Amino acid sequence: MADARIQVAAQIRRGEPFEVKVIIRHAMETGFRLTDDGKPIARNVIRLVTCHYNGAEVFRAETSSGLSANPYISFFVIARDSGELVLEWIDDTGVKGSERAPVVVAG
Amino acid sequence: MTNPSSWPAAPAYLPRRRAVLAATVALPLASLVPTLAPLTARAEDKPDVAAFKAYVGSRRVSTGRLKLDVPRIADNGNTVPVKIQMIGPFAAGAEVRSVHLFSEKNPVPQMAVFHFPVALPRIELESRVRLAGSQRLMAVATLADGSLHAASADIVVTVSACLDGS
Amino acid sequence: MRPWWWPVDASIVMRFAQAAGAALAACAVVALTLFSSGATAQARSIALPDLRSGSTYMSADLRTMQGDDFANPGMLWVEKGAKLWNTKAGAQDQACATCHQDAKISMKGVSARYPAFDNKAGKLLNLEGRVNQCRTLRQGAAALPYESEELLALTAYLAHQSRGMPVNVSIAGAAQGHFEQGRAQYQRRIGQMNLACMHCHDWNAGKRLLAENISQGHGNAYPAYRLEWQNAGSLHRRLRACYFGVRAEMPPPGAQELLDLELFLAWRAQGLAVETPGVRR
Repeated sequence: MADARIQVAAQIRRGEPFEVKVIIRHAMETGFRLTDDGKPIARNVIRLVTCHYNGAEVFRAETSSGLSANPYISFFVIARDSGELVLEWIDDTGVKGSERAPVVVAG
Repeated sequence: MTNPSSWPAAPAYLPRRRAVLAATVALPLASLVPTLAPLTARAEDKPDVAAFKAYVGSRRVSTGRLKLDVPRIADNGNTVPVKIQMIGPFAAGAEVRSVHLFSEKNPVPQMAVFHFPVALPRIELESRVRLAGSQRLMAVATLADGSLHAASADIVVTVSACLDGS
Repeated sequence: MRPWWWPVDASIVMRFAQAAGAALAACAVVALTLFSSGATAQARSIALPDLRSGSTYMSADLRTMQGDDFANPGMLWVEKGAKLWNTKAGAQDQACATCHQDAKISMKGVSARYPAFDNKAGKLLNLEGRVNQCRTLRQGAAALPYESEELLALTAYLAHQSRGMPVNVSIAGAAQGHFEQGRAQYQRRIGQMNLACMHCHDWNAGKRLLAENISQGHGNAYPAYRLEWQNAGSLHRRLRACYFGVRAEMPPPGAQELLDLELFLAWRAQGLAVETPGVRR
């Protein structure tokens, strides 16, 4: 499965905020659902999402079962140098994921 | 729409089915009107979201600058788009550090905390949340100087028309 | 004294009777032609110009979500499908791409004419069936179960190659019988609620059921991401959900009943643009 997708704004100017959109493939199992014979399905949600830009953390989200499945978040980042965005996340079972996207800054 | 000709005609003394159906549907929908009316951020009302009150404690909370946007009626409680905005400029030393999102009725009242380690001239954040029924949402922005800004939004969440056991 | 209506000349009566008889016979012939199993002359409960895709019954938020290829969760499956297309599988160690090359070219318009009767297999196949036929017969790989990530991904990817193109299935020849079975199923009352598909989707499309709008019930956006499922799902899953909704026993995915219904629905939606991956409530 495509684990995650990152979309970075096309036009990025140094010093200005640019939009980053992410969507992560994850069922975000709440722990409140039951199987057909009444047994609870264990909770497993992404609990932390971080975004690093050229090594520095620029965004962090402490998430819960309150976020929808296949969580979608969009936020802004201040443009500095061209480089790379690294998105990372970890869920309740400890499984980590990551995705990268290039950042090309004009000016 | 007309019934097949093979069906017996309805007795003339009964109200037309569509009128009855319309009346039956209109009644519950009419009762929704009072709750639908004030759907913009009711920041001036006393907030009654427990998790929000616990976070804020006795600190002073400003309203009006932080915006929380949700649809009036959710298409489906599983996936509700949420937009949080706070337009600057922010004074030096008073930028937004984090935004908390609280739910009135969800089993997990603190839905998310978004952190901004690098100061931004404005906050624009979108996500999709799960809502366990019609309720009020509260967002709180915590600024670097410790001040708090809050916004609330009410949303109607209905159950699916047909149960789905697929 | 004869009544005023009695014809003066008895032969007029005879000629009138002959003309009436001929007209009646002609009507019968025309009726037989119109309502017999002729592929071009099926009566449609919703006329083609009145067809409305499910997306027209959705809120602006959902239409935006579907229209944005990044924000559309269904695209996660389309992307996975693209990867699987190029992944070797089975005893033959071949990928779909080995035979079919670039799906953007070779698969363009293909899903729009499914379900289709496969002469070699001797049966009606939907997209899932066609994929699994290729996997088992040509790749020597195991068939993929309905609602598995892989089958959803491949069918979403394939149907996506027909996005924007009109649904256009054939109900001629061997497909005829399946079409008729499908139509009979569409009109058949089922479940504790004793409702047929047509009661909601032909007779009450556009009206409200609790807080939801009833759509015309087309499958042109499937496989679709359904908020209720928080997952992508096939058309068979959606049909099964409707069976459950009227408290009927759900046929298993891939059942002949659902295949025939799928063919009828595709004929009923002729001309609607494929929207896969759709986003639905």
